[in-house]
Amino acid sequence: MNFTLKIWRQAGSTTKGEMVTYPVADISEDMSFLEMLDVLNEQLNARGEEPIAFDSDCREGICGMCGLMISGKAHGPEVTTTCQLHMRSFSDGDEITVEPWRADAFPVIKDLVVDRSSLDRIIQAGGFISANTGSAPEAHSVPVPKAKADRSFMAAACIGCGACVAACPNASGMLFMGAKITHLGELPQGQPERDARVVSMVNQHDDEGFGGCTNIGECSSACPKEIPLDVINQLNRDLRGALMRGE
Amino acid sequence: MPSSPTTGLVHGLYAEGAPIRDTKAPTGPIDRRWNTRKFEASLVNPANRRKLSVIIVGTGLAGGAAAATLGEAGYQVKSFCYQDSPRRAHSIAAQGGINAAKNYKEDGDSVYRLFYDTVKGGDYRSRESNVYRLAEVSTNIIDQCVAQGVPFAREYGGLLDNRSFGGVQVSRTFYARGQTGQQLLIGAYQALERQVAAGTVEMFTRHEMLEIVVVDGKARGIIARDLVTGEIETHLADAVVLASGGYGNVFYLSTNAVGSNVTATWRAHRKGAHFANPCYTQIHPTCIPVAGEHQSKLTLMSESLRNDGRIWVPKNAADCEKDPRLIPEEDRDYYLERIYPSFGNLVPRDIASRQAKNVCDEGRGVGPKVGDFRRGVYLDFTDALKRMSADAVAEKYGNLLDMYQRITGENPYEVPMRIYPAVHYTMGGLWVDYDLQSTIPGLFVTGEANFSDHGANRLGASALMQGLADGYFVLPHTIRDYLAKGPFDKLDESHEAVAEARASVDARVQKLLTINGDRSVDSFHKELGSIMWEYCGMERSEEGLLKAIDLIRGLRDEFWRNVKVLGAGDTLNQSLEKAGRVADFLELSELMCIDALHRRESCGGHFRAESQTEDGEALRHDDEFAYVAAWEWGGQDGAPVLHKEDLVYEFVELKQRSYK
Repeated sequence: MNFTLKIWRQAGSTTKGEMVTYPVADISEDMSFLEMLDVLNEQLNARGEEPIAFDSDCREGICGMCGLMISGKAHGPEVTTTCQLHMRSFSDGDEITVEPWRADAFPVIKDLVVDRSSLDRIIQAGGFISANTGSAPEAHSVPVPKAKADRSFMAAACIGCGACVAACPNASGMLFMGAKITHLGELPQGQPERDARVVSMVNQHDDEGFGGCTNIGECSSACPKEIPLDVINQLNRDLRGALMRGE
Repeated sequence: MPSSPTTGLVHGLYAEGAPIRDTKAPTGPIDRRWNTRKFEASLVNPANRRKLSVIIVGTGLAGGAAAATLGEAGYQVKSFCYQDSPRRAHSIAAQGGINAAKNYKEDGDSVYRLFYDTVKGGDYRSRESNVYRLAEVSTNIIDQCVAQGVPFAREYGGLLDNRSFGGVQVSRTFYARGQTGQQLLIGAYQALERQVAAGTVEMFTRHEMLEIVVVDGKARGIIARDLVTGEIETHLADAVVLASGGYGNVFYLSTNAVGSNVTATWRAHRKGAHFANPCYTQIHPTCIPVAGEHQSKLTLMSESLRNDGRIWVPKNAADCEKDPRLIPEEDRDYYLERIYPSFGNLVPRDIASRQAKNVCDEGRGVGPKVGDFRRGVYLDFTDALKRMSADAVAEKYGNLLDMYQRITGENPYEVPMRIYPAVHYTMGGLWVDYDLQSTIPGLFVTGEANFSDHGANRLGASALMQGLADGYFVLPHTIRDYLAKGPFDKLDESHEAVAEARASVDARVQKLLTINGDRSVDSFHKELGSIMWEYCGMERSEEGLLKAIDLIRGLRDEFWRNVKVLGAGDTLNQSLEKAGRVADFLELSELMCIDALHRRESCGGHFRAESQTEDGEALRHDDEFAYVAAWEWGGQDGAPVLHKEDLVYEFVELKQRSYK
């Protein structure tokens, strides 16, 4: 297969970037999108041009490190991560644009690499259950209804890739945050800190420069782990309750 | 300085030195040893803890859990990872589950049985004291994770569900669908971020450790590169913990993350930490086969698939290109069921892997040709689909089958899947004593980065257990015995040893950037990987290993003359990052081959062609090889020195494994 790639190149966080066109030829449909970029990078290296910087690590769809805006869609045309997107999802001769995540809270570091440490700081603000090592009671002392455990797991499947933010016209981090609120809020262990958690995380989210939610749902349809939009409802309910209780 | 060897060079490759011994494990009844050690380890007054500092490299289960726990205890912790967030460490990719001797199923499990199974599963090449402790703290891990909010699978009554895993006869594996590693890591990550917020842990993401600082024989810090700015930074502390994972990427293709590397442990090895059993590599039988030259990594599918899938290849090589659905039953060779009638498709990982290689070597592999051979065997769900209905299969294995379809473009509900073994885990690692301390005082090593608990073969669902055992429950106790010796001498960045370590990193970075040769880093890495896979993979022989050592030396020499790394040092430069990692793999690989060469027996993940039974099964030699091979760095132009740690079995009787 042959493609025309238009890729965002930006030397550093303070330099101006631009789209650069690269034709690629003889691409196998079995290659992942990132393997196709590996091939291009080998060609650039051989020509003496600096390879394109992009993030990836596990390359099996679970670590959340990769993430590209591919022809305007976060992680491209399939519901999966960029590393699990394969070239058979494209047609021979396609022109494909490749950009980094675009959001004020995710400044570009270089080329397609962005700084997502704002997501870590939201977790620091309260995305945890305080249980020091060694302090835990016997695991069976607190049963958890299966439905609640399953819903908690569903939300905990978030990989923190940031596609929800990139897909949102307001660059909101509400789906990411709602997933964590739901993961911990469904469990009995998460109750003592539930009010404080939601208020603190939302404050941090706003301080980081993420936008507000206007219920468009782009986040959920871009999510490679298919986190449903209703985690945002849970977040809003929890926030309202916490504020009413004076948190 | 390396110790003086007691022998001349063997094979012209290595010398033997004095034996080595673990002096930290208490003696006496095995179920009392860990309690004794915890009691005897000195305490550190809470008021003094904030004056003591610890550097932890790596934020997977072993590193993240340790950083969180030491932060909670009140020490000053600096935590480092090369990824952009600690949550991305490769523990996250573990699928199956985590073992714990809770005996919730009342099926005869116990701490002693988990200990026994793990020693046996490790093919009698691990330490009894360590493994018993691992089994003992396994139950605390589950309690801790549940308290943190890890959403394990539950039954309708609200209690935790368990499954049997990896061929064991009790149900002791806790799991969170096929994402257990992810959920455990997020638990540790959240605990870690809580400490970052509390100010006890300082987090350095996108930082890579490139050297260890050893002052007066003690580990006192690291030299790290800020991967964004390129700045070479010095970080000093009272103790250093390496939790940097395994080295499977020496094979280029493995199930590891593409960034996983040996640099942290290899740099420590070069500064005096012994490297134990480097040849022990686990090759997992159920991975998606290589599709072509472009392949950048291999993807594992949980071996739970072997519970219901049947593995086969055509009886006749002529049928290998046919549509498998058109090959009649009588022309199929269900080779595992044929060779191992009692265990069938559920034989341990090492055996399933090697038999897959054997049938492909015979020319009966399936799928696309990569090089001269087809490297794949069928994993067929046709019978299961008849027996259980498509819905029931989907309920049990849906996420794995979907993943297979996404990667290969083939529908496993219609066409048998193709699988092939891939490098998955490395049992070898830096040598540590019972305290998890290496041969450099003040340098501790946890998780996959050390060698300690899995012997020659790791059982399924044991890696997560070991990572969290080391991080939450073992290291925090043992490191305090070392830290209690403080306060330590104040150390300045201008100290000669610190400046020297930093200068060596600077020089190496400059060297890599200025060779300006013709070949990319990846091309060297791929070539190294194919040498290792061919000669130090599933089956090793003296002839092959000697050949590999020659090839590796030639390749390493070419690398330092002819590698091409573009870009600058003072910016994000992924080619430079890779070059440093591959340079270290080019040294480690030689030691792996030497270790494999010297161990003239077959055990666990190490199969030596010269040591097999008449019917081709692995043959161990306990009289000669029941020891840990701890290798000392012999200097840039010197030969490594072998120190043997004899393994003494007081509780478990050594037996040949048999699965016929």
